[in-house]
Amino acid sequence: MQPIDPNPFLIVGAVLFVCGVVCMTTKRNGIGVLMGVELVLNGANLNFITFSRCTPLGLDGQVFSLFVIVLAAAEAAVALAIALNFYNNHLTIDVDRGDELHG
Amino acid sequence: MDSLGNTLANLLTIAWLLPLFGFVVQILFAHKWGRKSKAAAYLAIFCIGTGFVCSATAFYKWDKQAGHLVFKEAKPAATEVAEPKNDSKAEVTEEAHPKKHSGRQTVFSGTFYQLAQFGDLQLSLDYYIDSLTLAMFVMVTLIATCIHIFATGYMSEELVEDYVDHQVHSHDGGHFHRPGRFYRFFSYLSLFCFAMLGLVIAGNIFQVFVFWELVGICSYLLIGFYVERHSASTAANKAFIVNRVGDFGFIIGLMILWTSFGTFNFADQHVSDGGVKPGLFSMVTRDHHGEFPKSADGKEVVLTTQQDGHGAWQVPPETSPRKTIAYTLLIVAGLGVFGGCVGKSAQFPLQTWLPDAMEGPTPVSALVHSATMVAAGVYLAGRFYPMFVPEVLLVIAYVGCITAFVAATIAIVATDIKKVLAYSTISQLGYMMLGLGVGGWGAGLFHLITHAFFKSLMFLCSGSVIAGCHHEQEMPKMGGLLRKMPITALTMLVGVIAIAGLAIPGIYLKFWSFVPYLSVYEDHGYVLSFSGYHSKDAILATALAYTKLNPLHFLLFLIPLLTAGITSFYMFRLWFYTFLGKPRDQHLHEHVHESPWVMTAPLLVLSFFAAFCALGGEHHGSLFGVLHHSEPVHVHHGFEAANSVSLPSHQAIEDSHASAGQAALLAAFVGMALSYLIYGKGVVNPDEIQRQASGVHAFLANKWGFDDLYDVMFVKPAHVVAKFAAAIDKFVFDEILHTFVRMGIAVSKWDRKFDEGVIDGIVNLMGNSTHSLGISLRNVQTGKIRQYVTFIAVSVVTLFVLLFALYPKG
Repeated sequence: MQPIDPNPFLIVGAVLFVCGVVCMTTKRNGIGVLMGVELVLNGANLNFITFSRCTPLGLDGQVFSLFVIVLAAAEAAVALAIALNFYNNHLTIDVDRGDELHG
Repeated sequence: MDSLGNTLANLLTIAWLLPLFGFVVQILFAHKWGRKSKAAAYLAIFCIGTGFVCSATAFYKWDKQAGHLVFKEAKPAATEVAEPKNDSKAEVTEEAHPKKHSGRQTVFSGTFYQLAQFGDLQLSLDYYIDSLTLAMFVMVTLIATCIHIFATGYMSEELVEDYVDHQVHSHDGGHFHRPGRFYRFFSYLSLFCFAMLGLVIAGNIFQVFVFWELVGICSYLLIGFYVERHSASTAANKAFIVNRVGDFGFIIGLMILWTSFGTFNFADQHVSDGGVKPGLFSMVTRDHHGEFPKSADGKEVVLTTQQDGHGAWQVPPETSPRKTIAYTLLIVAGLGVFGGCVGKSAQFPLQTWLPDAMEGPTPVSALVHSATMVAAGVYLAGRFYPMFVPEVLLVIAYVGCITAFVAATIAIVATDIKKVLAYSTISQLGYMMLGLGVGGWGAGLFHLITHAFFKSLMFLCSGSVIAGCHHEQEMPKMGGLLRKMPITALTMLVGVIAIAGLAIPGIYLKFWSFVPYLSVYEDHGYVLSFSGYHSKDAILATALAYTKLNPLHFLLFLIPLLTAGITSFYMFRLWFYTFLGKPRDQHLHEHVHESPWVMTAPLLVLSFFAAFCALGGEHHGSLFGVLHHSEPVHVHHGFEAANSVSLPSHQAIEDSHASAGQAALLAAFVGMALSYLIYGKGVVNPDEIQRQASGVHAFLANKWGFDDLYDVMFVKPAHVVAKFAAAIDKFVFDEILHTFVRMGIAVSKWDRKFDEGVIDGIVNLMGNSTHSLGISLRNVQTGKIRQYVTFIAVSVVTLFVLLFALYPKG
């Protein structure tokens, strides 16, 4: 396997991460926020895989990213259930409306 | 014979302990039966009634053994009563437990239970049963039964949940309310009966003292029964405190006796090693002339502590150790014990408590303060008679004489019906003491028994009058009650005649021969007279014989004779005032009613005994004969002394009997006639006399000033001392205590400041800062999810920036 230049991968990962964060902070739609989360996670995944490929660490990065994907799926399932319940209670999924726990 | 002793002891013990059982049950359980329940009264009547049956049975058994003095033999046979039956007597005394002085007395004694032993000093519960004990038991239980029954009627207004005491005013002007105390009254009565019977059966002088105090406390509780009335609680205190004075003498007497004789027992005791320990009465013996065995210098009396072959007590020979007591000490011991009797029997100078004791309910006055407890002093003087030397007897005679006269004069002016009876009681107790003092042992105790019957009768009659008049006790408001309450009036008349000592000479009764079971009255006809005539006669005859022997003491006959006339006068005054004449308070008179049967029936029973218990008098009478059985032997022969007082023998008394009896009867008739003229017929207006002799009247109405005198002599100084002591308490001891307390307070104050300033400050500071931190952090928790995400993202970026900036390169 020939060595590759990690920079383009890292830049894509960083862009994905920043897009995700911006999506989470700006979206009022709960589903949108979830999508932002996915983006962040996948940006991180890309980093894992890149460093795994460019360093003598073997397959550790890939394994980690697989875990992250599984966890993300599980998280999405839970979060969608929350979203449904939230909708049942508030007849909307605008996350700004869910501030009953404020101090 | 021993079996008779055991039987008597068992029967009397049952009679003695039953009231205690009743008391315990009532005091523990009666409140559960409810305030409206009469069960406590029924229990009390059952206990004392059974006690009477036991006592009467014991008396019957004793009588059978002693020669049928009262009851007939199974086969009617002529019995000689006047003479002691020597043949049967010999058999009686030979086995009788302690043989004393001579063969005359029969005494059963023994020990119930030994309480404690301190060195040689034994304290035990003993019994001493002779005919005097038996007569007292029958008298006390009979009268107590009658009074218990009367009291169920008299006290029935206490059978309520809410009793209104009209004589106690509360602060708002209303009457005092309290729960009814019916059962408590009867529990006290039961306790009293137990104590009184214990006093009578007691076999040693210490046991007498214990029960002496117990009757004292019962008297205190019963006088103060209406404790909310100030007069009642004061009277109770007075009775108790005045009795303490007498008891002080009693204790001194006890100490002398213990020191000199080494025993408290009346009778001889069998000790465990088979020997016999002499009792008090055995140690003081007299020879045929009434002289004590004396030591060489004549100042000490040698005690007879050794038994000869026949069981008689002798002076030990010179060579062996002898016990002696100084003659003066014997006098002091006698005076000390008599001091106790003075207090209990309300003799001069301690007589002031008894009239005040009338604050108690009337049945109590009848039982405790006329018939039994106050007579306990006379009883003890009689019981302790062998220990009294002639000088002590002289003091007893004079005390009795003064008491009889003083109280009788006060009774003339008293207007409260119960007060008249109270003074009359004191006067009659004085008579008894006089009788004992002049050598009439039988006469004094004879009067004790007869007086108990007629005085309890009269008190119950007065109770019936008071209940009928709705608690009016003042005689000037009564009058004309004869028609309204005939039974009470007539039974009262019986009592009045009995105490006045009236008799109709020349009329003889024969009807007693028809009465079955009673043996003695068959051959003799009797003077128509009631009990008081005989007993008063006996005392006056003895007094006359005494003054013939000791002409110096002639007042000992004249004053009692005068007093007999006064007694008759004031008792008839009471009766005329109350029952005859016109009603003086019309309103009261209209509401008067005769008492119910439960109250009049005891009156009838008692009036029977008041009239006839002394039938036959001294010569053939059964009651006197019974008492005569216990007479100390030395009394019979009298005592001739060259340089001290002499005592008359029975023969001398017998010789004076006729003249003394006539004089007494004359005095009684004069008294009655005067009374009838003034109060019955109204020849002279009593108010007029009162005005004429206002000084004398005021003096008498002021009770000879004894209360004032004691007030000045004892009460006021006691108050001064008490105030002084209180001042010391207040200004010295309290000040010291206050200083300590102030120091304590100062330390505490400083401590408090430290606590509040420093300790609390630290704790509060921590709490407050945590709290304010929480308050400020609270604002971070907005609940806005996008904000949280922003925070996280910014934080992560910041962390990374810091990481890169600060992490050491390479």
